[in-house]
Amino acid sequence: MKTARNLANVKLGTYYVVQMPTPDDFDFWRERARALVQCEVPPDRVAWVEPGGSGDLFAHGERRSPVPDPDAKPVRANRRFVSLARNAILHSDPERFALLYRLLWRLQANPRMMEDKADPDVRRVEELDKNVRRDSHKMHAFVRFRLVESEKDGETQEHYVAWFEPDHHIVRANAGFFMRRFSNMQWSILTPRGSLHWDGEIMREGPPAERSDAPQGDPMEDLWRSYYASIFNPARLKIGAMLKEMPKKYWKNMPEAALIPELVAGAQGREAKMVEKGALEFEERPETLAAIDKAIHGCRKCPIGQLDNHAVMGEGPQDAALMIVGEQPGDQEDQVGRPFVGPAGQLLDRHLEKAGIERKAAYVTNAVKHFKYVQRGKRRLHQSPGAKEIDTCRWWIESERAIVQPKLVLAMGASAARGMLGKTVSISKVRGAPIELDDGSELWVTAHPSYLLRLDGAAREEQARLFDADLAAVKERLEELAG
Amino acid sequence: MASQTILQKLEILADAAKYDASCASSGTAKKNSLGGKGIGSTEGMGICHAYAPDGRCISLLKILLTNHCVFDCHYCVNRKSSNVARARFTPQEVVDLTLAFYRRNYIEGLFLSSGIVKSSNHTMEQIVEVARILREEHDFRGYIHLKTIPEADAEIVHQAGLYADRVSINVELPTDSGLTRLAPDKNAGQIEGAMGKVKADLVEAKDARKRFRHAPRFAPAGQSTQMIVGADAATDADIVGKASRLYDNFRLRRVYYSAFSPIPDASAVLPLKRPPLIREHRLYQSDWLMRFYGYKPTEVMQATEADGNLPLDIDPKLAWALKFRDAFPVDVNRASKEQLLRVPGLGVKAVHKILASRRHRNLRLDDVALLTQSITKVRPFICTVDWQPVTLTDRADLRRLLAPRTEQLELFAA
Repeated sequence: MKTARNLANVKLGTYYVVQMPTPDDFDFWRERARALVQCEVPPDRVAWVEPGGSGDLFAHGERRSPVPDPDAKPVRANRRFVSLARNAILHSDPERFALLYRLLWRLQANPRMMEDKADPDVRRVEELDKNVRRDSHKMHAFVRFRLVESEKDGETQEHYVAWFEPDHHIVRANAGFFMRRFSNMQWSILTPRGSLHWDGEIMREGPPAERSDAPQGDPMEDLWRSYYASIFNPARLKIGAMLKEMPKKYWKNMPEAALIPELVAGAQGREAKMVEKGALEFEERPETLAAIDKAIHGCRKCPIGQLDNHAVMGEGPQDAALMIVGEQPGDQEDQVGRPFVGPAGQLLDRHLEKAGIERKAAYVTNAVKHFKYVQRGKRRLHQSPGAKEIDTCRWWIESERAIVQPKLVLAMGASAARGMLGKTVSISKVRGAPIELDDGSELWVTAHPSYLLRLDGAAREEQARLFDADLAAVKERLEELAG
Repeated sequence: MASQTILQKLEILADAAKYDASCASSGTAKKNSLGGKGIGSTEGMGICHAYAPDGRCISLLKILLTNHCVFDCHYCVNRKSSNVARARFTPQEVVDLTLAFYRRNYIEGLFLSSGIVKSSNHTMEQIVEVARILREEHDFRGYIHLKTIPEADAEIVHQAGLYADRVSINVELPTDSGLTRLAPDKNAGQIEGAMGKVKADLVEAKDARKRFRHAPRFAPAGQSTQMIVGADAATDADIVGKASRLYDNFRLRRVYYSAFSPIPDASAVLPLKRPPLIREHRLYQSDWLMRFYGYKPTEVMQATEADGNLPLDIDPKLAWALKFRDAFPVDVNRASKEQLLRVPGLGVKAVHKILASRRHRNLRLDDVALLTQSITKVRPFICTVDWQPVTLTDRADLRRLLAPRTEQLELFAA
């Protein structure tokens, strides 16, 4: 009986073409889909055509909707499907109408199908829904109004106008959000997919617009940009996290985005400045050795200062003619708090005695003030300071030299030489001859005594001979200078 | 000072506010401006109107009323002894700025904090005045987050809650000893006392709303707090313990962690190094485990290593699973929701999807792969109709297999 009547309406083997009046008209789609399901038209016999889209596939298809039997079984669709479909229909994927119809068709046989998250159709409709929700959310977030002021009846009228480029057909669906938020403002949102105009009482829809229809600026944007730049913490640069939430495609319509490249480029410099500025209280050169001693204990300018160690100050007469500079305190120096007291110090003492140089008359110090080490069990193993760390510490050795004003500086090892010169030199090339320093004093460079400790046999004898020769030359030169 | 323009003040006072991590605008009562005289709406979900290159969301106009301060907290850029430029907004200036930004859809609302000037009460009154003008004179219905000052009178703090969507008090440091050392003017007892009062107000207002429909709302988005990570010696276990006590005792909506970052003109007692961002991330992950995954604080602490800190190379959930391998593998077709939530790589959404789809089919490994982000991460911990991890769960080098291969590159390697 029912079949007979249905057959009267549905031509068997007919293909149906549904022409959508607008790309986002859910109610129209629902009405047509309901009729088609009731007339048992399977999904592969329906073509859905968007405005402006072509219906080539079924060019000769039936364009009139079939009329279902009044007693036809009602179409079942659960709430989950309806809420997904309302959103998914706003997607720009031309397949969305067909997908939704296929789902509706399948729902009649399996009403709980929407729970099956592993089903490809269910997954796809959820994906469309997700994309549309994200697009709507970004519209709420990234629309930027610009103020247009005009005179009307002697009063200034304020009209806020925005230009936005959504990915999907979401403009009409989001009118409510902006109306509820800006209900007492006059505003327009212009997009390539249509426009919205709110005058405080009535919402009007307008045709698609172009970017040039929107105002090009707003004085308040300077303040907003300066806020954007100031709230950014350059020490936490995370560009990936920013791009994930604010992809580049949105940037052209956001006034603050123009700043991003320069903020990113400047971040490293700004962070370095923040760290550097942290040491402001030491910015003025200390004027006494005691002040240096105090200040180096609080120095955290480089990572060595953050290890568990103590700063070791130089020692000797403040008017010494000779300043001896080593690399950095070692384990024993760190514990005792004096320079050159460990094995290398003892070796140095023997060689100084041999050369006839009195250690007590010299000012003995290190290029780096803290002990750099790695912990291996209970032992702290010496680590050479890096170039950057030596350079950071030059501030202190320079301050010491400025106070002591030695006539001759003996730098032992490459680190000490760098501490004095600010660049790395080869010891074998520069040893044995003076290098003039900026204040006219002389720098002599030799090996570090710990280098001798690491050698054996003939090599050690050879290096010890060179070391003694350097010390002898220094002794001779000191006498000349004293002369 | 009078010569400073709004722009100059904004630069100084936004710069000074950026160390506060929170910028949330979600979870408050729904409201809109229909039928009102002003503007503004909050519809449950927060909106991030922009993202800064530090990856953080810009949802609110986050500024200080002033960065003058009589306190001398070492970690704070605005402390008395710091040399930063100082500025001060009048309440009306903050109101105008908030409205101008809001009308152009730059922000969801205002997050106002302040340095302490004159007295705690005076400062708190000024903060409340901004909120009052916005709400009463302009009928502003957007989001307002006010930082309250623990030393101020309870009555003024209560006023703040009546205007604001959220109020917050920073506990600042995870340990009391850290607070004593780094924030000599602050007092842990006073901070927690103030949080306790806010909690009591929240409970009372909620109860009143149940009985009288028009009872005033009190901070409908609740209260939150912030802890600085990496400025003192507290371990992750200390921090997790502290956070869970705070959640329990004060019904906080959120505990924010802020990796201590070098500040201009820092005090000498603090480490001048790059902020421990990964550590901060791991702490947020552990926070999520407690809030959404049903882990007890003691269980999160079990995931820490011998030094009391969470591993940096793997997330805390994986760390826990590797320590308690007898809890795995979990059968995705039979296991309870609680068991599934413990599987590394399965998020809350994926678990719900598994629970829904397994009513319709016996899940195979391929089905699970469709429902999760990465099946390789999940695989060693589950079984399906066609998959048993056999020996994988027992392998000693499982951690190495699962830890992310690439190390995060140092952005500014020296």
